Amino acid sequence: MVESSGSSPQGSGWSRPKRASQPPARLVGAASGRGMNCRAEVLEVSVEGRQVEEALLAVLHTVLLHRSTGKFHYKKEGTYSIGTVGTQDIDCDFIDFTYVRVSSEELDRALRKVVGEFKDALRNSGGDGLGQMSLEFYQKKKSRWPFSDECIPWEVWTVKVHVVALATEQERQICREKVGEKLCEKVINIVEVMNRHEYLPKMPTQSEVDNVFDTGLRDVQPYLYKISFQITDALGTSVTTTMRRLIKDTLAL
Amino acid sequence: MDADLSSQDRKDLDKFIKFFALKTVQVIVQARLGEKICTRSSSSPTGSDWFNLAIKDIPEVTHEAKKALAGQLPAVGRSMCVEISLKTSEGDSMELEIWCLEMNEKCDKEIKVSYTVYNRLSLLLKSLLAITRVTPAYRLSRKQGREYVILYRIYFGEVQLNGLGEGFQTVRVGTVGTPVGTVTLSCAYRVNLAFMSARQFERTPPIMGIVIDHFVDRPYPSSSPMHPCNYRTAGEDAGVAYPSVEDSQEVCTTSFSTSPPSQCVFTVSKAHFQTPTPVVTDTLRVPVAGLAFSHQLASSRLSYQPTLLGVGSAELAHPVVFAAGSGAAHPHQLMVPGKEGGVPLAPSQPAHGTQADHEKMATCTPSDGAHYIVTPSSSEDPETVSNSSEGRGSPHDILEAILVRKVGALVNDSVDQVTMTNLDIPFAMFAPKNFELEDNDPMVNPPDSPDTDSPLQGSLHSDGSSGGGGGNAHDDFVMVDFKPAFSKDDILPMDLGTFYREFQNPPQLSSLSIDIGAQSMAEDLDSLPEKLAVHEKNVKEFDAFVETLQ
Repeated sequence: MVESSGSSPQGSGWSRPKRASQPPARLVGAASGRGMNCRAEVLEVSVEGRQVEEALLAVLHTVLLHRSTGKFHYKKEGTYSIGTVGTQDIDCDFIDFTYVRVSSEELDRALRKVVGEFKDALRNSGGDGLGQMSLEFYQKKKSRWPFSDECIPWEVWTVKVHVVALATEQERQICREKVGEKLCEKVINIVEVMNRHEYLPKMPTQSEVDNVFDTGLRDVQPYLYKISFQITDALGTSVTTTMRRLIKDTLAL
Repeated sequence: MDADLSSQDRKDLDKFIKFFALKTVQVIVQARLGEKICTRSSSSPTGSDWFNLAIKDIPEVTHEAKKALAGQLPAVGRSMCVEISLKTSEGDSMELEIWCLEMNEKCDKEIKVSYTVYNRLSLLLKSLLAITRVTPAYRLSRKQGREYVILYRIYFGEVQLNGLGEGFQTVRVGTVGTPVGTVTLSCAYRVNLAFMSARQFERTPPIMGIVIDHFVDRPYPSSSPMHPCNYRTAGEDAGVAYPSVEDSQEVCTTSFSTSPPSQCVFTVSKAHFQTPTPVVTDTLRVPVAGLAFSHQLASSRLSYQPTLLGVGSAELAHPVVFAAGSGAAHPHQLMVPGKEGGVPLAPSQPAHGTQADHEKMATCTPSDGAHYIVTPSSSEDPETVSNSSEGRGSPHDILEAILVRKVGALVNDSVDQVTMTNLDIPFAMFAPKNFELEDNDPMVNPPDSPDTDSPLQGSLHSDGSSGGGGGNAHDDFVMVDFKPAFSKDDILPMDLGTFYREFQNPPQLSSLSIDIGAQSMAEDLDSLPEKLAVHEKNVKEFDAFVETLQ
């Protein structure tokens, strides 16, 4: 319930490293930060074991709410129209918190899957209960043969999770409220970043749309993203080689 | 400045800002309804979803917003504000948040209106969706119901933050630069909720006279009224159809171009079409089932303050809907069988001429009350009264919950009295001679000023008179008329006072009366040996009986 003191000056677990050198995700063929600025934002949460999933889902969905649009429908003359994005309120069971996510079952399923894997990895690692998950938005850049496409990230969100074990029911009740308040702060932080209106990929032509957006979902269209995670020890180095990634292609399977 | 902006762009921009303002209000009010909001994504654009977001339009809210804006747009010094406040069942109210949509002078000339501005406004709405769930008022609004309700008020002009108490916090939702200025959306929210919890347990008898800026009982106040954050869908049209489409419902069919911006095709066409969204009925049409105590308040006012008839009912009518059910009760279940007080949509609010003013006094106008419940005209008063009488029967439990608190005040008094009277008979303190108690008892002799009648008092007395018998001022057991919790009338069809008096002195048991006893005693003694002989004969039977017991 008490947030682990991060290295951030504000003390709210909000830090913004200047370079994109720290994202833990190892990208295949990627040149992180090369050629364009990649924003990197880090959020830290301290939660109880059963709150891990909901806290992560809340953060990921809030980010994806801002980074999803309606489905594009291209028409003649290079114009396109955009579908409608619905939203829904989700109450957390183990945290006094409600978050808004886009109304897309597919997207929710994909996030739940990876968050579930993260939670299992945390539990099985037997470590200190430290781990981090990264949500990375990237663009694909076609390369000439024989080189494979490059994935160039333009925004990376990292959530550092610290799992605490609580002894009494009263502590757990306090934790519910405290984590709820912390998540409120995180949402405000996320919105602040979104509001800066910094780099966003240009709206693509029809042929390029799959290099910018994930067009595989039925009802919404988020920017291309990948989620990866790792379990860390107190120094932040990876202790396991467990790493999963969700790339657009594997999602289609 | 405007020369740089084409007229088409200018028109589009104005339209965007206008609809952005309307959607902002919708998002904020819907977030305070106390329910979870869920809308569906649709991959094919319907053309009516502004900013590519599925945000329902509650007609009443749109109506209020348009009324507040009165055809203007937010500009420098003219902000659109949505004020969220809380009103308790006792009539105390407190401002919780003020959401402000402001415009400042900082222009961004380079930006593309129909493309970048539009998308950024869409992003800002998403941020608003997220932030409205995160301020403290959200959790309060989810729990609204019997004890308190959440109200909203829209005004246009200068932002007034005085009502938020000390140390209020602000959160900025976002900004969007446009060629004519920068749109800023922010929220100021109260953090000091201590006032609330202290208030709830205060036992000051008259509630009027405390505060309450918003609900001053004036017949023709000048600024916009508070509205409850609630709406009901009407299966049958209950008569109040808000003009949701009387002015052109702008259809927003946006087409974007991926090629160089000069080729941007943006079509916005006007279309009149029937909004399939539910018609908001008059939310203040009080449901018969589960009628709230606050409707009881309305009825009490009616009985005590005939001069303020219309106002009273109008004023108190707003939050009624909520108190009507538990927080979780779905409003749809409380649907009124549509016939009560055919509420006419007050086409013009005569006294309500001045638009939402800078004055902080937000009160309910009876004409606006008329808008929602009944106009203060004689023809409709009987209906209101009948509404209240219908409702009176039901919410005893709510009334009781409140009344239980009041008992304490009287109990203290009577304890003092006990020491002074002799304690020969039980319930001596309730003996008829004890007139001192009632004279001091404020409940028995209500204070004379009609304005300061506690609504509870009013309702109690009205209940007492209908309870029969012990309800008048000279009854010893006035507090008994309050129908303490869990007491039922049907078990004992007399009130408690009468019961006490009747059974205070029960007749003596015959076996204990001395004269009869004295006579039979001698006989009993004489007959003892005979009885013993009989019993000895039956010894075997007795033994067998004892065996069976073991």
